Amino acid sequence: MDIIASLGLGFSVALDPINIFYCFIGVLLGTLVGVLPGIGPTATIAMLLPITFSLSPATALIMLAGIYYGAQYGGSTTAILINLPGESSSAVTAIDGYQMARKGRAGPALATAALGSFFAGTVGTLLLAFFAPPLARAALNFGAPEYFALIVLGLLVSIALAHGSILKALAMIVLGLLLGMVGQDIYTGQPRFTLGIRELYSGLNFVSLAVGVFGVAEILRNLENEKGRDVMVKTVKNLWLSKDDFKRIAAPVVRGTALGSVLGILPGGGHILASFASYSAEKRLSKTPGEFGHGAIEGVAGPESANNAAAQTSFIPLMTLGIPAHPVMALMVGAFILQGITPGPNVINDQPALFWGIIASMWIGNVLLVLLNLPLIGLWVKMLSIPYRALFPAIVLFACIGCFSINQNIYDVFAIGFFGVVGYVLIRFGCEPAPLLLGFVLGPLLEEHLRRAMIISRGDPMVFIERPISATLLALALLAVIIAVLPSIRRKRKEVFVEED
Amino acid sequence: MVSNFSTKDLVSGGIFVAAGAYFAIEALNYETGTAFRMGPGFMPLLLGSVLVVLGLGIAASGWKKPDAEKPLSPPWRAMALIIGVIVFFGLTIRGLGFVPVVLIGSFAAAMASRLNSPLFSIILAVALTVMCTLIFVVGLGMSVPMFGPWLGQ
Repeated sequence: MDIIASLGLGFSVALDPINIFYCFIGVLLGTLVGVLPGIGPTATIAMLLPITFSLSPATALIMLAGIYYGAQYGGSTTAILINLPGESSSAVTAIDGYQMARKGRAGPALATAALGSFFAGTVGTLLLAFFAPPLARAALNFGAPEYFALIVLGLLVSIALAHGSILKALAMIVLGLLLGMVGQDIYTGQPRFTLGIRELYSGLNFVSLAVGVFGVAEILRNLENEKGRDVMVKTVKNLWLSKDDFKRIAAPVVRGTALGSVLGILPGGGHILASFASYSAEKRLSKTPGEFGHGAIEGVAGPESANNAAAQTSFIPLMTLGIPAHPVMALMVGAFILQGITPGPNVINDQPALFWGIIASMWIGNVLLVLLNLPLIGLWVKMLSIPYRALFPAIVLFACIGCFSINQNIYDVFAIGFFGVVGYVLIRFGCEPAPLLLGFVLGPLLEEHLRRAMIISRGDPMVFIERPISATLLALALLAVIIAVLPSIRRKRKEVFVEED
Repeated sequence: MVSNFSTKDLVSGGIFVAAGAYFAIEALNYETGTAFRMGPGFMPLLLGSVLVVLGLGIAASGWKKPDAEKPLSPPWRAMALIIGVIVFFGLTIRGLGFVPVVLIGSFAAAMASRLNSPLFSIILAVALTVMCTLIFVVGLGMSVPMFGPWLGQ
């Protein structure tokens, strides 16, 4: 099928009134949680997963995807107006965006963020449409050794891109892999690590883990040091850009989009890295680097485009290989599985309407986001005045209700509390939670493909090196680790991530 | 001696060692198998051992790097209340039913913040209960009784 016909099919699905409605709900919720600091898309999608149960697969996934890229938009509003990243990827936007707001240029800053994101979102969606089908075709030839190598690559690259200690990230992944093994063994049916509890035979609930580590642990973290927040800008005027502004943002937007598109495909929080990389690139390329940090519009345009482009292209590994690039995509895998679809190269052929419908909906979602964000900015500013102390009880209850309603299993609810405490303790002692979730999702896949590959090769581990694709993938994984531990790169990572704290 | 170490690294390393040891030792109860036909114990034993080694590495990496800043004290009250709410929800949702559990749960959760007065928490709890009941029970048809069997229904 050629791309025009495919996209036509996609738009016919995405333009269905019900799907437009849920796409709208998704981007609306996404913007909301993006705007509100202290609750992110990971926890939101985890809580809403059970609700999407009753929707058709395409509708459910369109909505969940909308939450994710909607949050990238919303995060920038908070960053610009109150100097607090609503989303981790908008941390850099706060540097110059907030300075612009202080100088009375909040309007142009918000407009830049929205237009840059829209451009990047459009390009990212097109890239997804062009590159997903050939990649999926290539992936159809993958056997167990290739999948094993691919998962190893994904896990190891995610360490290289994560911030903080490499050893800790590695340990979090291994812990996640082990937690993923709780439950009955796929080959022999032997229950493992279930403590004799029958309800654990089917494994730990993925939603409980996500909600516990990203929702409850985050609440505990926020309650350590409570303080009110200050909305400096009460009304935003002049939401358009001057001709001069347009000229200044054009190149950063294009560069940010290119950078974000490439980094988004890589596993492990590509959108966060993309915005940081774009910021430092713009600073270096600028003729007036001194202006950065004091309200340079390029410092908003580049990173905002980059994180949105990355948000779109991070769907590529998910839609073609079934491998999630970061925690939100891991939740999308969960959503696919809840709907009875195994994400992977077969989706594009077996469910073309679903596949292309999601892609087309992303573009529609981006249009909706511009419409939502610019004219309704006053509403979002008001949202910022909702205090966190009124929000977190709702998050706790939603988490419990959502997890309970999946299987009516009370152990799923207890698991939220358990992972909330574990997550809080680990975060407190300097471990990032994202690799844990990635490991948890990929753990069962890793074990299954490894065991299958070993059976095929009759126990000969050379099979991973003899097959060209798996050998290449493993070599890349090794390279990623070597690069990550090189002293010069380590210093660079520190520099890039230091601004986040 | 201990003051020479980074507490963060020491504690997180210790957690990883303990977790890895648990998984590895428990995995010894399962059949390990051979590389050709791996048993259910193979991967956990391998990964558990790797985790122990990583944990030791993390603890050692904190040598001579004591933490610079003093951490904030953990929010004990908030922790007790929020975890308490979650456990309470699990224990009573079937017996008490949706409305009472959400009402009590959201009140207790709201009290986790020192900035919330009891009156504000009550108002919040009522509002949240109405909202959740409308969304989940009425709107989405969640199959849980509004008032459970313990209340004589």
